[in-house]
Amino acid sequence: MANAEIDPMMPRPWVVRRISKETPDTFTLALEPSDGGPSGRGGFQPGQFSMLWVFGVGELPISISGDPAEEGSLTYTVRSVGPATQALVSHGAGQSVGVRGPFGTGWPVAGAEGKDVVVVAGGIGLAPLRPVIYHVLRHRDRFGRLVILYGARSPRDMIYRKELAAWARHKDTQVLSTVDYGGVAWRGRVGVVTSLFKYLRLQPARTTAMLCGPEIMMRLVARELAARGLAAGDVYLSMERNMKCAVGSCGHCQWGPHFICKDGPVFSYAHIAAMLDRYEL
Amino acid sequence: METQTLEKIIAEHPYFAGLEPEYTSLLVGCASNVRFDAGRYLWREGEEANQFYLIREGRVAIEMMPPHRKAIVVETVGEGEILGWSWLLPPYTWRFHARAVEMTRALALDGKCLRNKCEQNHDLGYELLKRFAQIINHRLDATRMQLLDLYGKR
Repeated sequence: MANAEIDPMMPRPWVVRRISKETPDTFTLALEPSDGGPSGRGGFQPGQFSMLWVFGVGELPISISGDPAEEGSLTYTVRSVGPATQALVSHGAGQSVGVRGPFGTGWPVAGAEGKDVVVVAGGIGLAPLRPVIYHVLRHRDRFGRLVILYGARSPRDMIYRKELAAWARHKDTQVLSTVDYGGVAWRGRVGVVTSLFKYLRLQPARTTAMLCGPEIMMRLVARELAARGLAAGDVYLSMERNMKCAVGSCGHCQWGPHFICKDGPVFSYAHIAAMLDRYEL
Repeated sequence: METQTLEKIIAEHPYFAGLEPEYTSLLVGCASNVRFDAGRYLWREGEEANQFYLIREGRVAIEMMPPHRKAIVVETVGEGEILGWSWLLPPYTWRFHARAVEMTRALALDGKCLRNKCEQNHDLGYELLKRFAQIINHRLDATRMQLLDLYGKR
């Protein structure tokens, strides 16, 4: 939800503090406020997104991928797929970016307390889930087991590889990753992300699952979780549509009765399961 | 002692759950412990397929050799999984290479021996076919998902 003191339609100037390369086409940018305004604290709920204005090019909805406990900065992981994202990842340290937000609903981290947390991410979908992982690891005693399942197209498309290895060393944390295709030098798993479930022992009654990735991947993973006994109300997905205003006014991101920007991007599977199976919605 | 251990391993394996004890004993009679060092090929495409493996530890890569390109790994099979079903269906030849990615321990089951037993005992044949059909079904689902190329362009 946008800060009430700030016009949610007015971008505020932030500057790129650091940019790092995750894969050949994916970069992580750390921004800090340049105007010292009230949004400069950078608070957000895991799962929320910002609208990033690339001056002279356009505006993009980008999920926040940093640590929610870190004050004074916001971190975004961006895959370069078009002119605006290409322009954004071409920024250097010190260059300005307009920021609106944060917007949207977050992952149900408070509701997941006392339960096991299963995070299932595909491709760059790990970025919106990384704040959840930071939060759970920071408040480890409030949660049960943390399971991170990550699928990517190939080893070179995996993001946060060092962090995945570091997370696996935490207590009660299981990290399993796989790629759809690997070269002969790749020593990790090869197979689709749903193939990882056979290595898990889920306790369905005390598990909350959070999914982010291509829509079809989330649909198949949600079905797999249902087959393993998870209630639809314990499964959450982050949806994506073309967002413009980010406050539910323009209708660009309307999805059935929902505006993804305002009612989402995080939805309970119980509320959207039927919609996921409808073509061209 | 080893026989008892093999019996326990097979009886407790999810793919063989519910199998009549006499059939489990038949499987044990066809089983042996094997070990493959990292990099060693379990088989190569075109070779005769006369066994399957129950992976106990390690990981095996299924490799394809696309024309004019480097070999790619299309799947890995790890601990607790069954590797290989070409022994069950004519022409009993392997379709892909299988290479141990890391040191791998497995139970090797003599498929040729089991084929003969299945011909003599169709109940056993049906029980095994049901179980391997599940494995084939899961792999087919996974292959279809791979074909969807979920994560976009290269």
